[in-house]
Order: sequence, then structure tokens, then C-alpha cells
Amino acid sequence: MSRLPVRKTYKLFVGGAFPRSESGRTYEAQGQNVARASRKDLRDSVRAARGAVPKWSGMTAYNRGQVLYRIAEMMEARVAELADLSSGRAEVEQAIDRWVWYAGWADKYAQVLGSSNPVAAPYFNFTVPEPTGVVGVLAPESPSLDGVVARLAPVIVGGNAAVVLAPEAEPLASIELAEAIATADVPGGVVNILTGHRSELAPWLAGHMDVNALDIGAADGDAPELERLAAENVKRVVHGRADRQSPYEIANFLELKTVWHPIGV
Amino acid sequence: MTDLERRQDRAPVPSGWDYAPAPEARDIVTLQERYGVFIGGELVDPKSGEHFATIDPSTEEPLAEVAQAGPKDVDLAVKAARDAYENGWSGLSPAERAKYLFRIARILQERSREFAVLESLNGGKPIKESRDVDLPLSAAHFFYYAGWADKLEYAFPNRTPRPIGVAGQIIPWNFPLLMLAWKVAPALAAGNTVVLKPAETTPLTALLFADVLRQAELPPGVVNILTGDGRTGAEIVKHEDVDKIAFTGSTEVGKAIQRELAGTGKKLTLELGGKAANIIFDDAALDQAVEGIVNGIYFNQGHVCCAGSRLLVQESIYEPVIDKLKERLKTLRLGDPLDKNTDVGAINSKQQLEKIQELVASGEEEGAEIYQPPCRLPERGYWFVPTVFTNVAQSYRVAQEEIFGPVLSVLTFRTPDEAVEKANNTPYGLSAGVWTEKGSRILSIAQQLKAGVIWANTYNRFDPSSPFGGYKESGFGREGGLHGLEPYLELDEPRAGK
Repeated sequence: MSRLPVRKTYKLFVGGAFPRSESGRTYEAQGQNVARASRKDLRDSVRAARGAVPKWSGMTAYNRGQVLYRIAEMMEARVAELADLSSGRAEVEQAIDRWVWYAGWADKYAQVLGSSNPVAAPYFNFTVPEPTGVVGVLAPESPSLDGVVARLAPVIVGGNAAVVLAPEAEPLASIELAEAIATADVPGGVVNILTGHRSELAPWLAGHMDVNALDIGAADGDAPELERLAAENVKRVVHGRADRQSPYEIANFLELKTVWHPIGV
Repeated sequence: MTDLERRQDRAPVPSGWDYAPAPEARDIVTLQERYGVFIGGELVDPKSGEHFATIDPSTEEPLAEVAQAGPKDVDLAVKAARDAYENGWSGLSPAERAKYLFRIARILQERSREFAVLESLNGGKPIKESRDVDLPLSAAHFFYYAGWADKLEYAFPNRTPRPIGVAGQIIPWNFPLLMLAWKVAPALAAGNTVVLKPAETTPLTALLFADVLRQAELPPGVVNILTGDGRTGAEIVKHEDVDKIAFTGSTEVGKAIQRELAGTGKKLTLELGGKAANIIFDDAALDQAVEGIVNGIYFNQGHVCCAGSRLLVQESIYEPVIDKLKERLKTLRLGDPLDKNTDVGAINSKQQLEKIQELVASGEEEGAEIYQPPCRLPERGYWFVPTVFTNVAQSYRVAQEEIFGPVLSVLTFRTPDEAVEKANNTPYGLSAGVWTEKGSRILSIAQQLKAGVIWANTYNRFDPSSPFGGYKESGFGREGGLHGLEPYLELDEPRAGK
């Protein structure tokens, strides 16, 4: 006897929860009704992200690395579902391996990107990388899963919180990914994923005064306008690419802090 | 009050001391009546045909006429820079590039007295600062980056660094030659060529620097220098053949530049304003802290983007700190920038003086209590008495806006958390100071402050090897150190199979 399957409702991922859009709107993508986030959802996401920064950036690097590794573990358990929603198994495996790769960077990038500075006076002087804060990410339209991971992982491994605009045409893998993230001990609010119409959301993300950096590598013709909006609070604007993977991708979303102290008795 | 403080309270105030004048001789500087623009290795008449007078802000006397470079001049300078980049400089062996920079460093050391005097003449800063800070640091900056020129491949693991091309650089008037060094040295070390615009009010040391380049035999066009006001800067920013813009100045102009460059793909670094907190805990060494407060805000007349302009004092030591600070202010000597005993020189320009006056008036109007030590101001020139505001609320303009003058706003706090919250309560994030004898507290506070440079038990220290730059609306990118190279390089990925 055949059984009618229970379908999933695809919702947003904000502050660790899965709300519908406050606007009550949806749009159809990949054969599903998907939440169509509003400006209000975007602002709520930024607030959730800001609230998550102290806890996430305050965790030890070792701990953050383990949480990222756990995202890979949670995805491994969902390979079949993720493969259905993306280009297939190869993409999923690449995305999982990417999390593992960045997980290992959590307690290493500070040594590669920081420095101890030999100033010409009796001072101890060192430079450490720190998270810039809240980062807005326009995920590449394709690949719909690995593109999100390639841009999200370097943001959060550095201790930032992210507000991600999912690929508009193929958003389902992003929400499946959110479900893996939600069960991976990532503190609520560190990753927020909004589905919806990018043209409705991106300008508000770019102009938001409590967003510190913006990855608009996936923006098309509207990139100049987004960059103009980003200038209002001197956002760090990054043009990320889905095929880039290096500690310099992490560095894009880090600030450098230099501390001086006299040496004496 | 402790016994010690009571004794100090009764101590005679040395404000009546008279110092004999000790002016530095200014005849070491020879000025031309009129300067052109420095393009392709030569000072030439500007195509704009326009000049304006540059003055000594301590006397308002004109020193020389300098060019107001126009669009044609900008275009010629960019062409000269492009030509030098394509036909020589970028192809030169890095070791040879390094040697040019070493030469420049040496010549600056050799001519440091001349530069120091001119810096004080044109900018109004005390000679002891231009002599002991601006000049040694400028030379050191070239010396430091000279050494990087042929070692770039060691700086960025797994990347092949390559120069960007033509860098447009726009610098402020508070440290004219030092800001030139901060911009030009890393740009050249990385293999770029430069179009530099010194500030409208302080063009003369940049023009004298052109003579250093002549002596160093730097190939023509590698560095081009255009004087002028903001219009010249805007032309450089807009020019299509400039690959990178580096700007130091106000947050307002920085935002306008970021907007202007939107969609162009040009690289940008911004070093903008600040409203730094200088936090004094009750266990700090108070006398040292008071020296740090004074150095933090009155150094260079407070014309310092990283100035410690908001003093955060723990409530329990508020009175002794303020008393000591007021006593110390009475001993500051304000006057002739060329006098070797001068602590506080002239305000850089009339425009800046008016801005300071306007903000100070707003502080009094909003309800802050003003303190200024007895001080006679010279009759001519632009001057402002070192000022302290107490009873300041966080919302007051003097606690929020960058004054860029010798004006300190004092706030208090009870707990470390409150200190951090108040310190971070600003759109800026350039620098901060922390004073406490407790090491673990220094590290904890330093970690929580959103600022690019933290001075613990010291303030306003600079070094070529030490990265400098801001968080938030204080800008992005770093100057100084290994990190200061990155804004002037493309970091190519290693080739496949390598």
C-alpha cells in the first residue's frame, strides 16, 4: 500500500529558528513554495546576527573549528537530500570537504595573518586578526549548495555572523543546509539564511548601518548601486567567488588590531 | 585625598616660569616664490594656470605660491605615472627598487633639519615634534619598506604578489611628510607608481620631497606630486587610469570616495576619522596616565585622527586625575612653532580653527563645563588654548564628533564593562588607550575594544613596522608593517601544477 509522503515546508533560517516570512509571502522555486523574505525579515536577521557575534567570536578558536567540523558531519548524514536539491553528489561532497578544510583553519589563520612587530622602541607590539562583525553575503546562484558554503564558511570561521541571501532560483539546498547548521551546535544567529527576491533584499542589506561587510561577488548589474549603498557606513566590500578557497578569503572579513605595551620594570 | 596628593595640592604652580626664546633658525629653508606641479620628474607650470598662496598659520604670512592642479594636470601626472610604470619601474629588479627607497630614506635623514623646519613653518606644529617624530618616522618608513621591495614573495604564503599599477594618494595636513611616507614608501616598494596630492594647506614639504627624489635619481614619473584643494583630489579619484586610491582624511570625504569608486573595480584603502577613548582605571600609575592623556590629545594640537579625545576615567579617581590634568595643562607652552620649548603650536588653518571654535561653543551650550589654563595667545595666526570639558554626556557633540583640535571631553565609568561600552559607543574605531597596572585587564579590555590600534599604558606611538588603521567608519586597510603592503599588491594564486 502506498503512503503519501510528508512534505517539508521551506522556511527562513533566522536566529537559529525557522520562521516563515513575517510578510506571509512565498514564491515558487524548484517546485516548492519557498518563503519570500521581506525587509523586516532582513532587519530581524541582522539583529539576530549582531546578537550572536559576542558569543561566537568569544568562543575559543578550537571550539569554533569543532563546530564547523560538525556542520560537515551533519551534512554527511544528509548527502542524499542535498544531492537531490543541488547539482548532485559531487557538489555535496565538495561542500562537505570545504567545511572540513575551513574547520581546520579556525585555530591557524591568526598565526598566518597576525604578526609580532619589531618596533624601534621598548614596546611589546603585536597584531591580531579579529572578526569584523556582521557580514552580508549574496550567495552565488550556482552552484546552489557549494556556492553558499564557499562564501559562508570563510565568513563564520573568523568569528563573524552572517546574513545570507540564498540563490533565488534554487534556494532549497540553502534551507537544507540551514537544517544541518541548526543541528551542529552553531549558536543561533551566527548563520541566517533568507530566501526570496534578491532585488527586494540586497539594497537593504547593502545599506544597513549595522552590517560591517558585504560579499557581493554574486551581484550582477546592481553591484555598483550596492557598493554605493555600502559606503554609507564604510562597509568592507568583497567580491567573492564560489571557486576561491584560501585563508585570504577569511582575511577579507577580518580586522587587524595592533596592541602596544611598554617594556620595562 | 592621600597625603601625597595633599602635598602636591599645595605645591607651587610653575606656571609663572619664563623661558628664554629658543627659536630654531629658519634660514636652513630656501623657498621659491612660486611652485609648479611635479610631473615626470620636473616641476612644471600647471596647465590650469592657477596658483594660490600657502601660509605660515602661526603668523598668517604667505610663504609661497603653489599650483592649483586642474584636470589636465591630473591627466598628465597619471600619464607620466603610467608611462613610468610600464616602461621601467615595474620591470626593474626588486633589489634595485629597494635601493632607490634606501636612498630616499638616507636623504631624508641627511636633510631632516631642513624638512622639520619647513614642516613647522607650513603646518604650525612644534619643531620638537616635527624634529623628533615626523622626520625620524618618515625616514624610518622608507627604510622599512625599502627592505620589503625584494622580499614580497615571503610576505604572503602561497601567493605571487604583483604590483597594481598607478596609485592615487591623497593625504592630510596633520602630518604632511609622514603621511606622504606612509603612502609612497609601500606603494613604491610593491612596484607601483604614484600620483600624490598633499593637503591644500601643507604642500611645501611634499614639494621639497620632489627635490629628494631628484637627488635619489628616482626615474621620472615614478612619483608625481600635484598640489591643490579638494577639487584636485576628486579629479585623481575619478581618473580612469588610476588603479588604486589611498586616502587619509575625514570620514565624510572617505565615504564620498567610496561612493565615487563604486562599480569601478579600483582598489581602495581609507584611513578616516576617530573619536578614541583613553580609559584610565583606578589602579593606573596616575602621573604616567596624566602624561599619556596630555600626549594623547594635545600632541600636534590634537590634529591627530587617533587622538585620545574622549577621556574615560574610573569614578573613584576622577578628582585626582582631573586635578593633576589641570595642573599639567598650566605648564604647557603654547606659541611659536619654531621655538624648541613649544608644546602646543598653531592650529593648521583658519577653517580648522573655526571648526574647533564651533564645536567648543556647542559643548558649552549643551551643558559641559569648560576648563582652559591661563594662556596668552599670540596676536596673529591661528591658536586655540588646550581645553578640557567635564560633565560631558555621551550624547554631546563634543563626545560624538571628531574635533581634531586640542579639546578633551571627560566621561566617567564605574565598571570595566561600562568603560568598554562607552568606548565603543561611536561609529569610529581607529584607536584607544587603556591605563591599568593589571596585565590581564589590559588584555581583556584590549580584546573588547573595537579599534585598530590599542595603546596600553602609553599613547600615540607609531612605528613603520606597526600596522595602523581602523575598524568601522574609521576606514579599512592598514598602513605600516607587513600588512601595509597588501593594499598595494595583487595576490595571484599559484599557477596550476606548481
